[in-house]
Amino acid sequence: MKVLLLQKNDDFTVRKEFSIHEETLFKDLELQIICNAMAGDDNPLLFSISKTAILTTTADLETIQYRQDILKDCLKNRDIIQNLYQLTETGIQGDKNHYYNIFVNYPSSILHYSDETLNFYMMILKKIRTIADEKASLFSSDGFVQLFSMLQQELTDSYFTEIADHLKNLDFPHGLSVSASLGEANKGINYVLRKQKKSNKNWLQKLFAKKEPGFTFQLAERDESGARAFSELKDIAINTTANTLAQSVDHILAFFTQLQIELGFYIGCLNLYDQLIEKKLFISFPVAFPLNEHQLSFLKLYDSCLALGTDTCIQSNDLSANKKDFIFITGANQGGKSTFLRSMGIAHLMMQCGMFVCAELFQASVCTKIFTHYRKEEDHSMTSGKLDEELLRMDAIIEDITPHCLVLFNESFAATNERDGSEIARQITQGLLENDIKLFFVTHLYEFPHAFFDKHLDNILFLQAQRSPDGSRSFQFTEKEPSATSYGQDLYNTIFL
Amino acid sequence: MTFQSILFTDTSIPIEETLSTPSFFTDLNLDQITTAITKSKEEYNLLPFFYSPVKNMNTLEYRHEIFRDLANENLYKTIQEFAFNMQSMREKLKTTSQLRYLYQKEGYFLDVIKFYAQTVQTFSKQLETIELRSKGFLEFRQYLKNYIASTVFLDLCNESKKIQEALSQIQYCLNFEGASIHVRKYEDEEDYRSMVEKTFDKFKQGSVKDHKKTYLFRLDMNHVEAAILNFVAQLYPETFSIVSSYYTNNQQYCPSIIQRFDREIQFYISYLDYIHPLQKASLPFCYPNVSTRKNGISATDSFDLALANKLAGTKQQIICNSFELKENERVLVVTGANQGGKTTFARTFGQLHYLAQLGCPIPGKIVNLFLFDHIFTHFEREESLTSLHGKLQDDLVRIHKVLEQATPQSIFILNEIFSSTTLKDAFWLGKNIIEKILTLDTFCVYVTFVDELSRLNKKTVSFVSTVFPENPVMRTYQIVRQPADGLSYALAIADKYHLTYTYVKGRIKNESVAATEK
Repeated sequence: MKVLLLQKNDDFTVRKEFSIHEETLFKDLELQIICNAMAGDDNPLLFSISKTAILTTTADLETIQYRQDILKDCLKNRDIIQNLYQLTETGIQGDKNHYYNIFVNYPSSILHYSDETLNFYMMILKKIRTIADEKASLFSSDGFVQLFSMLQQELTDSYFTEIADHLKNLDFPHGLSVSASLGEANKGINYVLRKQKKSNKNWLQKLFAKKEPGFTFQLAERDESGARAFSELKDIAINTTANTLAQSVDHILAFFTQLQIELGFYIGCLNLYDQLIEKKLFISFPVAFPLNEHQLSFLKLYDSCLALGTDTCIQSNDLSANKKDFIFITGANQGGKSTFLRSMGIAHLMMQCGMFVCAELFQASVCTKIFTHYRKEEDHSMTSGKLDEELLRMDAIIEDITPHCLVLFNESFAATNERDGSEIARQITQGLLENDIKLFFVTHLYEFPHAFFDKHLDNILFLQAQRSPDGSRSFQFTEKEPSATSYGQDLYNTIFL
Repeated sequence: MTFQSILFTDTSIPIEETLSTPSFFTDLNLDQITTAITKSKEEYNLLPFFYSPVKNMNTLEYRHEIFRDLANENLYKTIQEFAFNMQSMREKLKTTSQLRYLYQKEGYFLDVIKFYAQTVQTFSKQLETIELRSKGFLEFRQYLKNYIASTVFLDLCNESKKIQEALSQIQYCLNFEGASIHVRKYEDEEDYRSMVEKTFDKFKQGSVKDHKKTYLFRLDMNHVEAAILNFVAQLYPETFSIVSSYYTNNQQYCPSIIQRFDREIQFYISYLDYIHPLQKASLPFCYPNVSTRKNGISATDSFDLALANKLAGTKQQIICNSFELKENERVLVVTGANQGGKTTFARTFGQLHYLAQLGCPIPGKIVNLFLFDHIFTHFEREESLTSLHGKLQDDLVRIHKVLEQATPQSIFILNEIFSSTTLKDAFWLGKNIIEKILTLDTFCVYVTFVDELSRLNKKTVSFVSTVFPENPVMRTYQIVRQPADGLSYALAIADKYHLTYTYVKGRIKNESVAATEK
């Protein structure tokens, strides 16, 4: 029984450990804000699920579509999804009540507790199956159609009856019967639990029937070591069966857990959706393109992090950058460069984990992985230690990066003078670019973008934060030759005048 | 005559099992060797074999042949495996005797026999595939082949197999109800365990924890199990009575010749195990020529086995030494630098003779030795509380006693005796002792600081422990046949302090030179 709501063929696992790059990405793009929104009321499980999903992007277009379809079903049938999610929760909680009692590892007690727990699980599974029976027609995504039909096929009424019978029998109301044979030194081996024969003779026939030869060992009343030996023998006899039941408990619990996790992702998406809608923002399902098509265009892309944190109206941007592999973003301070960069990064991530995006339209080629290289905000000094640190991080990225990845640079290599920083940046980015790595680069450097500008390459786009003639910012970007100043003057004016 | 022993050609002489350590063992460090060899082989009680040098040339040749066969790794491994199996078999037999309930003993005995039969059959089969040359192994192989084809052996195996089969067919049922267990024959009741497993199979997904309790397998039974076994025996009385009589009738199942082989072959194996690491380190071993006549003895590239074993595993290398005594020469007088390997050289001489007479491969490339009747050693003992006079007296008493016992076939190894007396006394006493030895016409190694003793007459030969000429403080540990000069050691010390003639001459600077230097 597999859930398969995130991947067609595989379970989704919640990760606790992330690579240094992933943690950096998480921090640089302030994904915490999105994950918090997805987690609803501080639900730590939903947070982990969201974080894992967002950082474990897929570049597989089919999977993206698969999830988008499921998410659309979820948006249509919110109550049912919530209900299913609640049932898994009840199952898992129930386990904690029953199953945690097994500290003693005697097979008889394992068998007893497992028997009880399974009875409870069957009740939950029946409810889930009933939902499948009644609501399947409301769903159209491959994922849900498959899940519901699996539940209906596997968990039939007759199967529930079969299990109930076993669970009753394994309480051994009429004693317990095992077969054995003689092993080394005539020790009993191969203990196999046997089904007790039902006698079809009536009491009179029984009375006169030829007595089967047999002998009875009666445990003496005060024979304590005998009593221990007696129950140990019994335990050995049911050891395997106790294990079968206990493992079934584990398996069903694992199913509940998996169902909870995978539903959890969509619950998270619903939570985020609710918060955005509440702020009267819009979402859309992005169109993912193969990675070698170099697509990127969007309309009214906004930064969800910023949006979630404020009630004021926020800016959105449009862009058409198909066939562009290197996007320079230059221009005025406080012109929205970082926000713009972040919104593009987040949109890529959300698209590539099967979510909706915060834009009216977003279409882009997928990338294998996303890296960020941001200047550390807290440190503005131009010390060599700072540059060392930057280069060290760059070195770590180069160590792990592959073609068709995307790197977001934010004011990198500015920790030295203009010329050196430019040259370092130029050499690094040139190398990356020639390895089919996509680059978005926010920079104040002048020589660096200019070096590329002078080459007149078709796959490089130069965007500049717009500046109205009066000096006020529109937070819009236009394609423009990189300029030599970044309007710090303006900023100064705004603040001081 | 059929095969009797892999160690002895004449089995009419009983093995002396209770020999104590020969008196010279400690002096020659042979005790270290034999202790190491027999360590972890206690159960075979091998020391009596190592305490019994052989005086029969045929037996020596018999053993050499066997050692040569054992150089074949296949044979060696085969023997190891056989020995291991025989050990396991004895363990099992011991277990049998420790079991509390008779039905258990009887049942387990069948396993012992099965194991034993497999062991000897495999061994025989393996031996057939190995090229053997020694009389001992050839005869043993034939013996074993005949044995496993004998009706005694075949009956033993077949009967036990049949009984085990019958026992394994038995299937019984236990009904637990309340505080009672009903024991009866199994009647094709359905396997409920599998039914349950099948039902719950659907939920299997990935791997989960194993909740099975692990029960350590104990061979012995508690009284509940024993009671059940008793009932099973009553359910199948014929089978169990056959088991009983088999157990009673086959207690002496292993022929004494096989048992004896199993023990005696360990003499070879243990020795080879001991020298193997040294051989791997390219130290030479050979089969010596042992002669009853005094037509010269010699050894090339030989070494102290105990020392070699001690140095193995360290970075230090053992130094090989050679010696030769020509036809009329009898006494090796060893002098030279202290700590230069003189005692080691003396020990080597003794070890070689002793090990040669065990029939073992010995350290060296080509070795010719004399068939001795006794080895007498006299090594300087740690200074005791007795006075110098007392010690000298003690020494002389011991030497005297030894000379009384010695025959012309004996060997003497005398190490730094009389070292506590004056040079004059030591020379005089030594001279007299050597003369007595020469009168006896026995071989002798005489380690001494008295150079003059090396020039006594034509029957004494001088060997000297040497130092590196370029660095006289460093010992070569080479003992070389050359005249003792009595100076080499003093020179070495002088050299170390730059006080040799040349040094002293050179160091005294010309005054004008000293002045110009200023």
